[in-house]
Amino acid sequence: MASVQRLAAVDAASAPNIHARLDGVTRVYPPRAGHAEVHALGPLSLDLRAGEFFSVVGPSGCGKSTLLDVLAGLAVPSAGTVEFEGKRVLGEVPDGVGVVFQEDASFPWLTVDDNVAFGLRRSGVDAAEIKRRVDFAIGFMGLRDFRRAYPSQLSGGMRQRVCIARTLVLQPRLILLDEPFGALDQQTRLLMGDELLRLWRETSATVLLITHALDEANLLSDRIGVMSARPGVFIDIVETGWPRDRDSRLAERPDFGAVTSRLWSFLRGESLRALGQGTAAAAR
Amino acid sequence: MSKAGWIRTVVLVAAVGALEIACRTGAIPATMVVAPSVMVLALVHTLQSDEIGMHLRHTLSAVAIAMSLSIVGGFIIGFILNWVPFLRRAFSPFLAAYYAIPHFAFYPLLIVIFGLGPLPLIVLATLFAMVAMILATMAGLDRVPRVLLKTARIHRLSLLQEIWRVRLPAAAPHILSGLKLAVAYSFIGVIAGEFILSTSGIGHEIAFAYDNFDNKRMYALILFVLAIVTTFNMAVFAWERRMLRRRGA
Repeated sequence: MASVQRLAAVDAASAPNIHARLDGVTRVYPPRAGHAEVHALGPLSLDLRAGEFFSVVGPSGCGKSTLLDVLAGLAVPSAGTVEFEGKRVLGEVPDGVGVVFQEDASFPWLTVDDNVAFGLRRSGVDAAEIKRRVDFAIGFMGLRDFRRAYPSQLSGGMRQRVCIARTLVLQPRLILLDEPFGALDQQTRLLMGDELLRLWRETSATVLLITHALDEANLLSDRIGVMSARPGVFIDIVETGWPRDRDSRLAERPDFGAVTSRLWSFLRGESLRALGQGTAAAAR
Repeated sequence: MSKAGWIRTVVLVAAVGALEIACRTGAIPATMVVAPSVMVLALVHTLQSDEIGMHLRHTLSAVAIAMSLSIVGGFIIGFILNWVPFLRRAFSPFLAAYYAIPHFAFYPLLIVIFGLGPLPLIVLATLFAMVAMILATMAGLDRVPRVLLKTARIHRLSLLQEIWRVRLPAAAPHILSGLKLAVAYSFIGVIAGEFILSTSGIGHEIAFAYDNFDNKRMYALILFVLAIVTTFNMAVFAWERRMLRRRGA
């Protein structure tokens, strides 16, 4: 196992197509009043290839969101290293990384226009360029009729589009999505998934998606990492082999179900273990 | 006007009309309450007298100073307590128990310390109003969604930018409600203080009329205070509504 990893590291040094890398990353929450130390994640290693769509699935509480926080520079790993475009990520979000969360992160005091332009106005980009990029992102996410609206006037799905557009204008090269459609209904999820694929194709960004929906992971991804119960490590990485030009109609393919089944076969035991952890913790 | 607005108006007009009739017919003696029409006439008469402007100036300037001190000071203290957890742990029991204290009982002490001028009134009203602003500021900052703070980090905002662009706007609705309370409490503090012991001000004039059985003037001045406070509150309310409407609040 160790030798395989070493081999991969040598590969990466010569191959420019590794976009971001986690190497032996763990995250341990120190003990606090009344709580024992929590080993949330790892040790875990992952090479994200430039331009791929990678999804992470795993039982609840396995550290999926911690993984994203560490990769984004929002949390510092307890051990191991994180690299983005060859540079260490150390407690700060690197330029070129965009993140969309499950919770509504739109600013309620700003119009859709101002929300989308929020990051650009502070980045020294000139006014004409800001306008061009905001116009594009607003059009791309289908928000043209709502430019002057405030988030409170929009549905949950629309607000999530605002957040995606706000990330998009910064032209991120790595987009991290933490269950962005988790709060949306099934139909909206499917449509948003299609839009996400379109966005991914047109920006050629690398995408890492955290999700609990196996079908969603299957449909959207080039590769899917299956995580174990806490402390989360990858127990399988599934290559889907889907064409780059895909959308939600992919689910009609006969071989689609096989991938979901494979994910579930790995995940079932882990989910049961996670449940056991939960009941054990409750019983304590 | 909306249906609710109509109901409000009808209730108000009916209540004033009933009082007018009760006073005119002698059901309520003039030694107790004077008729609303008499109040209004007395108010016109009082406002035409020379010295009322002076009293109004004294009251409003004391209110303005207490209001500014409690809003600015309360905001700063609330912000610091929110930012520094050990200070908060040290002081929050005081804050929680604060409004259980009868502040006005300390007014005589304030007069002994600060003399019989505007100063004890300003101190009393500020003490009364500032803690509402402290509590509201802390509550507002506590409730800033974590995801917005994460979003600030993703946009790589500096600490000052984060506070100015994210933390404060997100906390604004709570802070604003603290501001409204601070305004109301400043009025209460000053006028009640004047009422208890003072040599000038609207509160003093009301107490003076009361002591002299001058019911017309007393009710005229009460009406006047009501009008001032209501006007002021409506202005703040309208401002708040304008700010919050777009947030869907």
